[in-house]
Amino acid sequence: MSGPEVVVQARGVSKVFAKGGVTALQDIDLDVARGEFVSLIGPSGCGKSTLLRVIGDLVEPTAGEILVNGKPAHRARLDRDYGIVFQAAVLYDWRTVAKNIALPLELLGWSRARRAERVAEMLELVELEGFERHYPWQLSGGMQQRVSIARALSFSPALLLMDEPFGALDEMTRERLNDELLRIWAETGSTVIFVTHSISEAVYLSTRVVVMSARPGRITTVIPIDLAQPRTFATREDPRFFELVTEVREALHAGGADV
Amino acid sequence: MLSLVHRTIASLAGRLATLALVLAGLWALWEGYRALWERAGWTKPFPVDSTTMPHLHDIVRRLFEPIREGEPLLARYMLDAALFTAQEAATGFAIGATIGFLLGAAIARFDVLQRGVMPYIVASQTIPILAVAPIVVVGLGNVSIGGWVPKDWMRVAVIAAYLTFFPVTVNTVRGLRSADPAAVELMESYAASEWAVFWKLRVPAAMPFLFSAFKVAATASVVGAVIGELPSSIQSGLGGWIINFNQYYVLEPENLWAVNLVAALLGISFFLVVVGVERLVVRRPPEQLT
Repeated sequence: MSGPEVVVQARGVSKVFAKGGVTALQDIDLDVARGEFVSLIGPSGCGKSTLLRVIGDLVEPTAGEILVNGKPAHRARLDRDYGIVFQAAVLYDWRTVAKNIALPLELLGWSRARRAERVAEMLELVELEGFERHYPWQLSGGMQQRVSIARALSFSPALLLMDEPFGALDEMTRERLNDELLRIWAETGSTVIFVTHSISEAVYLSTRVVVMSARPGRITTVIPIDLAQPRTFATREDPRFFELVTEVREALHAGGADV
Repeated sequence: MLSLVHRTIASLAGRLATLALVLAGLWALWEGYRALWERAGWTKPFPVDSTTMPHLHDIVRRLFEPIREGEPLLARYMLDAALFTAQEAATGFAIGATIGFLLGAAIARFDVLQRGVMPYIVASQTIPILAVAPIVVVGLGNVSIGGWVPKDWMRVAVIAAYLTFFPVTVNTVRGLRSADPAAVELMESYAASEWAVFWKLRVPAAMPFLFSAFKVAATASVVGAVIGELPSSIQSGLGGWIINFNQYYVLEPENLWAVNLVAALLGISFFLVVVGVERLVVRRPPEQLT
């Protein structure tokens, strides 16, 4: 756990979709160190979600290699190294909040007692104590997404992959969940790869922002975010914050995005 | 849990109240039609009298009269017959639902079966059940399986199963395929086994579809059981009574109407059992409850 150990290594990753021959990703190289929070940002169609799925072994690359903790991505998936949060919470309607969080734990064969203990911890982490017996459709969108995060983190995966998790939420909820995510990230020491199309969200959350361009999907710039941790309300009003937002926006424009 | 039970009871009560209203409406239509046609003396499309349209209260009253002088009430015989037919129908439903689910699961899993088997399953339902019933119930009357001869009612249950499996198969296929692609992707990200995806995602997602099928199948199984009794010499069920009362219709029309009423009530109770189980088993947003 010590030192800047590399969790994700992407080497020359390309993805051409057989249907239509679209080049979604071209020659992607990316390293992510343990404990980093890396955002992927770019115009729609730049392949940022595809890159996330290739890292998570949900989409197979046409060329190149992904190593997670030094293992091929496929091995990492079989080893349950990934926690994934999608734009939709993707909770199972027939399961209570507690049972949704416990789903990966069931698949891992944890005992009932151990599951209950972990679920209680996760509910505390995402501040949903008292909602364990609710059903997903009884919760607001923001609460559903917190359950989804709790589920993704319940088995302490090596890597948390988030695909525009707050994209469908209103601005207020989104900012609150941004802070909550940063607190969880700090508490758990997770490594996060986060896809977003919001520049300010990417800058606020990340240790590094990876800017991508479309057709073909490439990494154009990687911008380290040197804002002090922990990020707070003051961060959003820090002149440095605006500088970095501008830097990311210019990088997007340079890549040909109409932002 | 208590509130769940309360809600289940309340919803059943609501359904029964609706049922009572509908029945009252039907009674008003029936008696109103009869009164109007009699008073006006109309004879089209058919002359109205106590043979063609007995009073509904006469039909119900008939149930609570002795079947013959000094013998038990007709309702008593009807209850026994209904229970006998219910046993056939319930057994047929269980067999048909099981086979239907397994077939549907196989078809949903292996695309080749969709084209290879589905047409025959559809074709099986285009054969009139009245043509199949004698073959199964009478034709297989002497079949013995290792010295064990199925009882008459078991062969009737096969007919009930024949009507049950089809809606269950079709809805199982649709239901198992209805799982949200993102939910499937989530399972993949956990490297879940196909078995786990089936039981923890596909089957629960299919539940609303399955229960829609069960509702159709529950009433169909009662119809299948009654029809299955007709070509055989089985006298203990509602089908036997229908044949019997049919022959004396001109003399005592209320009898046939009464046994039909009992058959309908049996079908409705099967339906309500499925609805009740669905309320207890299927958890989903209230706006999706039907």
